[in-house]
Amino acid sequence: MLTRLIFFVVLSLVLMAIDTRFKYLAEIRQAFSTVIYPLQKLANVPSTVYERVSEFFPSHSLVEENDHLKQQHLADSGQLQRLMALEAENAQLRKLLQAAQRIEGQAAMAEILHIPRDPFNRKVMLDKGSQSGIQSGQVVVDDAGVVGQITRIYPWMSEVTLITDKDHSVPVQVVRNGLRSVVSGTGKEGALELRYVAVNTDIQEGDLLATSGIDGVYPPGLPVAVVAKIERNSTYVFARVTCAPVAGAGHNRQLLILSLLTPVVEVPAEVLEIKPEKKKREKSGIR
Amino acid sequence: MAFVNYPRQEIPLPAKGSFIALSLFMALLLNLVPLKGIGLSLWPDFLALVVLYWCINQPQRAGISMAFGMGLLMDIGEASALGQHALAYSIMAFAALMFQRRLSVFGLLNQAPQIGLILLTGQLVILLAGLLTGSHFPGWNFFLISVIGMLLWPVVSSLLRLPQRPRSDSDAG
Repeated sequence: MLTRLIFFVVLSLVLMAIDTRFKYLAEIRQAFSTVIYPLQKLANVPSTVYERVSEFFPSHSLVEENDHLKQQHLADSGQLQRLMALEAENAQLRKLLQAAQRIEGQAAMAEILHIPRDPFNRKVMLDKGSQSGIQSGQVVVDDAGVVGQITRIYPWMSEVTLITDKDHSVPVQVVRNGLRSVVSGTGKEGALELRYVAVNTDIQEGDLLATSGIDGVYPPGLPVAVVAKIERNSTYVFARVTCAPVAGAGHNRQLLILSLLTPVVEVPAEVLEIKPEKKKREKSGIR
Repeated sequence: MAFVNYPRQEIPLPAKGSFIALSLFMALLLNLVPLKGIGLSLWPDFLALVVLYWCINQPQRAGISMAFGMGLLMDIGEASALGQHALAYSIMAFAALMFQRRLSVFGLLNQAPQIGLILLTGQLVILLAGLLTGSHFPGWNFFLISVIGMLLWPVVSSLLRLPQRPRSDSDAG
């Protein structure tokens, strides 16, 4: 019995090392996921049924919501018309400038299938996978801002690493003054931090951070976080800047998966040949 | 000679393989129930409880390999590092098999604290694995799962015991 225990302990340690260091086990995960996926769907049945049933019975709030949505629609359509005019104008100007035309983002809607209980990594599972054309590296947003990025693909589901995950960073800029930085997750819920910000940097509590778009992965201008607390201690070179994400997987079940951007600068073939690993990491935005 | 002090114990029927599989399936299903917020930190690990139950009550049918396989399934479901739950489950199963004879003497209520210790060991293993991959300490309420699992042990094990009840007591003296 002891030998069996030692065998399995060593086996799981090896698996963990391979999985966290080298990411070679995608195929094994895929095979197991076909077992897990129907189970997760089944586990979702009670909450889905509850939602459908409560949708079925019209309530007072529904009328209110409808009124509100109608007003919102009117306001939005006005803005949309302006936007359309501006977009046409923008395209015209860009043509004149011979600038690279920005592609319009396509988006796919997905629902959160499961929130893992593992307190060590911040991830959620979505119910769309490679069968729906989802690719690794796509950005996931909700109505408020960036939620995370797709890191693993299964046939019918995909895994999103949230921006609060300890291994995830997003290139951002402060909306107020255009200061560029990189916001990193802390592994705690609802907490992000800006690392290596000099003590005398012009940054204030309440500043909105939006994606800068210079990485070629995140489209520019998506809200990411709000600066919550700044600790400036002149004995240290860097200030401690804590931020709170504006979006969150906890708020709603539906999320949007944005399509991948075409890289702004083509990567030369020689670079791809020399360091395939490094390039992949840069593209996916994960350190 | 009458065995007055001998505890009155029912000798359970051997469990069917299909029932073991069904119970593991249901436990995995319960573990995968989508939850948010406070419910997420209080939801016990049903799969660990069921694996422990079979290791203690049917040691010839269940063992470390079964625990390992279930742990791998949990790792995929929870999107954690492959092997993290598998390691914890193997160690918990080993502990359960070690103390199997001792534990089966106790009643369900008296078993609970010892099961709680085994569950805590499993959580410590998961915590260590998490800390080694560079995570922060998730806070003390991380261990609440073990406490709730311990409280649920009598319920879970009496549910699992139901189909193994001896059929009738007609020929019992």
